[in-house]
Amino acid sequence: MKLKEIAEILSLRPLTPVEGLEREVSGAYVGDLLSDVMANAGEGNLWITLQTHVNIVAVAVFKNLSAIVIVNGRMPDSDTMDKAVSEDIPILLTGKSAFETAGKLYQILNAQNLQG
Amino acid sequence: MKIDKTYEGNFHIVGGDFSRAGEASTELKTILLNVGIEDEIVRRVAIATFEAEMNIMIYATAGILRYIISPEEIRIIAEDMGPGIEDIELAMQEGYSTAPDWVREMGWGAGMGLPNMKKNADIFRIDSVVGEGTTVEMIIKL
Ligand SMILES: Nc1ncnc2c1ncn2[C@@H]1O[C@H](COP(=O)(O)OP(=O)(O)OP(=O)(O)O)[C@@H](O)[C@H]1O
Ligand SMILES: [Mg+2]
Repeated sequence: MKLKEIAEILSLRPLTPVEGLEREVSGAYVGDLLSDVMANAGEGNLWITLQTHVNIVAVAVFKNLSAIVIVNGRMPDSDTMDKAVSEDIPILLTGKSAFETAGKLYQILNAQNLQG
Repeated sequence: MKIDKTYEGNFHIVGGDFSRAGEASTELKTILLNVGIEDEIVRRVAIATFEAEMNIMIYATAGILRYIISPEEIRIIAEDMGPGIEDIELAMQEGYSTAPDWVREMGWGAGMGLPNMKKNADIFRIDSVVGEGTTVEMIIKL
């Protein structure tokens, strides 16, 4: 499913250029421990986290993640935004919790898989 | 693609400025791609190197990351002159961490970095002397 469709359905607010929203999302991973994400997130996954520090962008780059969704209404640090733009990693925001965001996304992706 | 010769180099890693964390690993990733190493191997090297780079930044404040790319393998040596590790077996256990609070706030300190390095390398060695420093060597076969 395209990141753009997910962003619309979940009302995520993109902070990075809209071209990034064209990419495909393969699934998602929820985590706030960076080494756990490094170990367990899958290629093309959307990463749902409350971390805002610049190191999240490096994790997303090394793991080939499709995007980062920052939850709980948190704002990324300004150097996180600079790096996200230069490394071409979409960052989107939501006021919802990780639980709600992941739950909704799980439903959407599951429904899509059932449709084939 | 076959690698026809040996490429070597090193990066100096300095702690303190966490916004620069990952720069050495990013540069190495670019070098590997330019040399023609396949994506899956580049990914493994990048993850292992990034974890090693972070540990140097967090625990040792300064060190050197060396790489040797030969037709047979990629060898990464992360060497620091930090405090060293008292109990290596304990440090290798998933979940063990002495990361201070300010590092945990950034999301590090799961105690998974060394296990991640080991998982992504074909051969993993760690050697440490308290008060002198730590050396991690990783080999990824091509
Ligand atoms: N280069 C080093 N110098 C000194 N101590 C180290 C070094 N690398 C690791 N350690 C010690 O080993 C522990 C485990 O390291 P490891 O990388 O597995 O986890 P972590 O850094 O604590 O957390 P994570 O990597 O999951 O963010 C560290 O908490 C630290 O006590
Ligand atoms: Mg670590």
